[in-house]
Amino acid sequence: MERLLAVAVNTFRETLRDKILYNLVLFAVLLIGSSVLLGTLTIGEQARIVNDLGLAAINVVAVIIAIFIGIGLVSKEIERRTIYTLLARPITRSQFVLGKYLGLALVILVNIGIMFAMFLATMMLSGHPVHASLFQAVELMMVEALLIMAFALLFSTFTSSVLSATLTLGIYVIGHLTSDLKTIAEKNASGVIKSLTTTLYYAFPNLETLNIKGQSAAGISVDLGFQVIATIYGLLYTGLLLVGACLIFQRRDF
Amino acid sequence: MNAITIERVTKVYEPLWPWHRASTVLSDVSLSVAKGEIFGFLGHNGAGKTTTMKILLGLLRPTSGKVDVLGAPAGDVATHSQLGYLPEAPYFYDYLTAEEFLEFYGKLAGMSRDAIQCRIPILLKQVGLQEAQDRQLRKFSKGMLQRIGLAQALIQDPALVVLDEPMSGLDPMGRKEVRDLIINLREQGKTVFFSTHILSDVEMICDRVGILAKGKMLALGTVEELVDGQLAESIEVVCDGVIGTQIEPVRRLALRTLQSGARCLMVLPGHECLDEILEALRRAGARLVSIIPHKGSLEELFVHKSHGEG
Repeated sequence: MERLLAVAVNTFRETLRDKILYNLVLFAVLLIGSSVLLGTLTIGEQARIVNDLGLAAINVVAVIIAIFIGIGLVSKEIERRTIYTLLARPITRSQFVLGKYLGLALVILVNIGIMFAMFLATMMLSGHPVHASLFQAVELMMVEALLIMAFALLFSTFTSSVLSATLTLGIYVIGHLTSDLKTIAEKNASGVIKSLTTTLYYAFPNLETLNIKGQSAAGISVDLGFQVIATIYGLLYTGLLLVGACLIFQRRDF
Repeated sequence: MNAITIERVTKVYEPLWPWHRASTVLSDVSLSVAKGEIFGFLGHNGAGKTTTMKILLGLLRPTSGKVDVLGAPAGDVATHSQLGYLPEAPYFYDYLTAEEFLEFYGKLAGMSRDAIQCRIPILLKQVGLQEAQDRQLRKFSKGMLQRIGLAQALIQDPALVVLDEPMSGLDPMGRKEVRDLIINLREQGKTVFFSTHILSDVEMICDRVGILAKGKMLALGTVEELVDGQLAESIEVVCDGVIGTQIEPVRRLALRTLQSGARCLMVLPGHECLDEILEALRRAGARLVSIIPHKGSLEELFVHKSHGEG
């Protein structure tokens, strides 16, 4: 466990010393700030506009970090050959993979936390009400980022950074469209298309389950039971992906 | 007891596509390194040295054969607590300072915080980097990176140290320091397995040597065993006042003659013909300048073996 934590802390430190991260957070802060200005241009719905833009900014930055830093977690170690000296230490390959994941997960959670704190401060300073639903939306955003990052890590254990980024981005887009796949399956008479779309619907993660930004922005809370099940769904999916990443990494030659 | 045992190891990279050919990088390689020994692993680029080292560390799996490291099969993570490794042309986390870097590797090796804090200044002094303790690795020169790489390999005071080209990137002074460090490790009872291109280093410090070419083990033994057994001695005679090629025994027996004005250098195949040549030179009125016996060097053996394989 100590070795896993050492890798996690090193990953956390590496990401924090990366300038890209600060640029992303700065981008989010600007977006949250500008949402207040945009809100003043609308009549009656200022709070909702600020909520919408603020949550979207946090979500975009979290997903960008999850994908673009996530894909480099393992592949960068292999490309730079730092993996050689790491695996020559008494650390298992699974400890290494999980340590890398834990380190970046910590970065994402801390970043979402900071961005959300800024967002709440903006809301309060501009006199808008802070609904409990915002916390629910951000919690599911965290789960989504963890899930996307697990995909990025899984792909980076067996393919190049560019391909990993493309595949993860593809999963992210399809993951938000899986309900359309179900609709196609229901409406299509052809047996082949029906079974194909149904398989895809169940194989891909349903990321829309983790997206409650719309109703949260309007101040509508979701049922706590739904929140818990959606969280468990996301974390279980993440766990499966991490097991897959460990198994693949275990068999790799360097 | 052996620190390393490699028995009939072959490594074949299977092709990605059916129309490509499989590539054999190691073919039936066997060697053993006794505990407390310095073993030099020689070979051209692409000979298979790094592949052998990666197999020792469990980074690669052999296609066939058996590899034991410190009494356990290669890749056994538990034995890695007794192992230090420096890869060729190492790249390390450049955002870390030298101290943070060694601390990280100390934690990975399972050392306590106190033990790490005690060990870091000793190691930095040993590799001559005590003044760079708080400097980020991105500001390190190639030679400094090599030194900090050595320090990380030694962080937990391992029983076996595997070094891939440890002298590369170092100036003559740095090379001498690394040589001294390796000798010092032997004095502490450690086993050192290292690869290099620099033959003089091997001759100077290695207890035993292995020569690898195109994935095959060509020679294995002490430097003396290899050189004495496989290369003939020669004798170099230099004299003044004669034209070597005009003297019949010289023409008949010398392997090579070189004439520069009145000075003649001749290379004889061994002691057997020396008396006859000296007698002939005396009769011809030559003045003897020097007689130098030449033993075969590791370099000659390396070239001889490598060419034989090619």
